[in-house]
Amino acid sequence: MADPAEARTPSASLPDPDVARDWLATMTLIRRFEERAGEMYAKAKVGGFLHLAIGEEATIVGSTRALRDQDYLISTYRSHGHTLARGSDPNHVMAELFGRVDGLCKGRGGSMHMFDLDKRFMGGYGIVGGNLPLAAGFALASDYNGLDEATLCQFGDGASNQGTFGETMNLAALWSLPVVFMITNNQFGMGTALERHSAMTDLLRKGEGFGVPGMRCDGMDVQDTYDVTTEALRVAREERKPVLVEALTYRFRGHSMADPEEYRTKEQVDEWRKRDPLAVFGDQLVDAAIMSAEERETLDRETIERIDAAVAFADASPHPAPNELYDDIYVLGEQVRGWYSVDERTSTPHRGEDERGMDENLPGHTEYERAMGHPDAPTPTDDAQRSDD
Amino acid sequence: MAVMRYREALNAALREELQRDESVMLMGEDIGVFNGAFKVTAGLMEEFGEKRVRDTPISENTIVGMGVGAAMTGLRPVVELMTINFSLLAMDQIVNHAASIRYMFGGQVKVPLVVRMPQGAGHQLGPTHSHSWEALFLHVPGLLVAVPTTAADAKGLLKSAIRDDNPVIFIEHEYLYGQRGEVPDDEDFTVRFGEAAIRREGSDVTIVGISRMALTAARAAETLSEKHGIEAEVIDPRTLRPLDLDTILASVRKTNRCVIVEEGWPHGGVGANLAALISEQAFDDLDAPIQRVTGADVPMPYSKPLEQLAFPHEPQVIDAVLATTKSRY
Repeated sequence: MADPAEARTPSASLPDPDVARDWLATMTLIRRFEERAGEMYAKAKVGGFLHLAIGEEATIVGSTRALRDQDYLISTYRSHGHTLARGSDPNHVMAELFGRVDGLCKGRGGSMHMFDLDKRFMGGYGIVGGNLPLAAGFALASDYNGLDEATLCQFGDGASNQGTFGETMNLAALWSLPVVFMITNNQFGMGTALERHSAMTDLLRKGEGFGVPGMRCDGMDVQDTYDVTTEALRVAREERKPVLVEALTYRFRGHSMADPEEYRTKEQVDEWRKRDPLAVFGDQLVDAAIMSAEERETLDRETIERIDAAVAFADASPHPAPNELYDDIYVLGEQVRGWYSVDERTSTPHRGEDERGMDENLPGHTEYERAMGHPDAPTPTDDAQRSDD
Repeated sequence: MAVMRYREALNAALREELQRDESVMLMGEDIGVFNGAFKVTAGLMEEFGEKRVRDTPISENTIVGMGVGAAMTGLRPVVELMTINFSLLAMDQIVNHAASIRYMFGGQVKVPLVVRMPQGAGHQLGPTHSHSWEALFLHVPGLLVAVPTTAADAKGLLKSAIRDDNPVIFIEHEYLYGQRGEVPDDEDFTVRFGEAAIRREGSDVTIVGISRMALTAARAAETLSEKHGIEAEVIDPRTLRPLDLDTILASVRKTNRCVIVEEGWPHGGVGANLAALISEQAFDDLDAPIQRVTGADVPMPYSKPLEQLAFPHEPQVIDAVLATTKSRY
C-alpha cells in the first residue's frame, strides 16, 4: 500500500491561468457530478451499478487534457469523469444514468457504458481488461491510415492481471502502435488490495517484459499527471512506442455504491483525503492568486447549478419507447434487411430501426409499464424489485 | 465459370476485396509467411505486403479485439482464427464487445469485422480442434453467421461479409477446403446473406443441412430417390443470421415433413432452434414430428472409428427421413 505521506509535494509549477482554471473547473464538474449521481442512485433514479471516481479527478483531468481533439480516449466502467472531461454534455451523461432516450447512448449502456463518438470518447467498458485490445485496434487504424492520432487507454490496477494486458502490450510494442496505456492505480481491484492481487506492485514495470516502457505519475497531482501523460503521448506518437503510465491515486468512495468497504480502514481513507486533488489544486490556485477565494466559490456554486440542470434535463427526458427495443442491433441495408427472433411468434423478421408499431400486447409489456411506474401496473413482485447489488 | 477448390474461392474473395478496398486488412496466426494453416491466405502477404496481411502472435482474444477496435475506427479487418475451438479464447471480444458495441452505445458506431474460422470433424484432431459450433454464435444477437458449403458460396458470402457493416462470424469447414465447385468469374459476384439455396427440389420431405451437412443431405437425397422413391427437397440456409426462414417454411408447407442435419451438438443446437421455429409457424402443415440428425453429444474423440460415429453420415439422414415418412399421425 502506497503511503500518502510519502507522496511528493504538489507540483511547483502551475499551468497558464486559463489552463489552470479549466482544469479546476473540470475537476469540480466531475466531483459535483459524481456526488449528485450518488444521490440519484440512493433515490433509485439510477439503476444497476454505479462506480464513482471521487478522488481520481486529477488523474482523469491531467491525462485527458494531454490529448488533442483527434486523439482517442477509452476507459472502463468508471468513466463518467472521462466523458465529461472530454467535453460531453452533463445533461446527456446524467440522462444516460437515468436510462433515458437523451442519454449519450439512448439509455442502452448506463453508467458502465458511456460513449461519445463526437468527442472521440470511445467508451466505458464493463469487462475488466476488455478495452485494451480495442485501444490497440484504434491505434492500429490510426497507424494504418497514416493519421496523426494517438490513443489513451485507461484501466485499473486490477486489469493489469488480465490476459489481455500482456497480449495487448506485446502486440502494441510489436507493431509500434501510437497508444498510451494508463493504469489508474487506485490500489484496489474492487475490494482486493494491490499487494493481494499483483505479485509485482510496481505496476509501471509490468509492461517491461513485453517491450513497453513504464512511467509513473502522481495521480493526485493534475500537473504531474498532465506532464507525464504528455511525454508518454509524445513517445507514442513520435517514437512509435507504446508507453505504460501508472497513475497512483485513491478512490474515496467504495468500488460501487454497493460496497461496505470492509477491506480498508477509515483512517487510511482519511489519510488519502488529506491529499484530495480538488482541494489541493484549488488551494494552489488561490495561493498563486490565479483565482480569488470568492471566484473559487462561485465556480463551485455554478457547477452545482449546472448539475441541477442536468438532473432536471434527465428527469424530463422520456424513457425509451417499447418499439426502440430492437434498434441498433444491426446496421440494416440491402444485405441485412431484418432477422428472425424466436421470441416473436411471427415469421415477420425484426427490422430494428425500421420496426415500428410493435403490438402493445406483447408478453412483457406489463413489466414495461411497471418499470415506467404506470399507475395501473400490477403491484411489483419481489423478484421484479430492484436489487441493491 | 471456373472450377476451383473451396479454399481457392475464399482466397480469391480475400484477394479481390483487398484489391477493391484499401480499408480491408487481414490478421491472424500464421496467415502470412506460413500462408495460413489451411492455405486459405496463400500468397496474399506476398502480394499485398505486411501492412495489410499481418501475422499475429497467438493471442486470439486480443487479435479479435484489435479487429473490433480497428473496425470501430474505419478499417474492415478480417481476422482468421485457426479453428473454431480457438474462438472460445476470443469469446469475450466477440460477444461482450463486437456483438454488443453498436447496441450498447446507442448506434453511434458500427463494427464491420469478419472473423473467419474452420470447423468440423474427420481429421482425427480430437476434442480441441474438431467441433462444430455455429449454434454458439447463432445464439448471439448482434452477430451475423455464415456457414458456406460450396466454393461459390464461400466466395460470394465472404465478399458480402467483408462489405457488410456488421460483425460477421464466417464459419468454414476443414473437410470442404479441398472440395471443388464452379465459381462465377465476375469480381462483383456476391451471395447475399439471408437467402437460402435450394440444392435439390422435391415434394416428399424437406432436409435442411447446415455447413458440410448440406452435402451429406444432398447425397442422402439421391439415395432416397433411387432406393426408396422419396423425393427430398434439400435446403442449405447458407447464413443462420439472418435466416431465410421463409424459404424453409415454404418448403415444409409443400412437403409436410422436415429433417434437420447438423454436425454440432444436439442440445441447444441449430436444429433445436429451427425445429422450434418451424413448429411455431407451420405446425398445422407437419405430418410427422421434425427429426434432427446431429453430432453425438460428446467431446470429439480421436479414434478414427469413434470419430466417424460422432458426426452424421448419409445413412443417419436416410433413417431420419424414413422415420418421418413412415409415421402416420
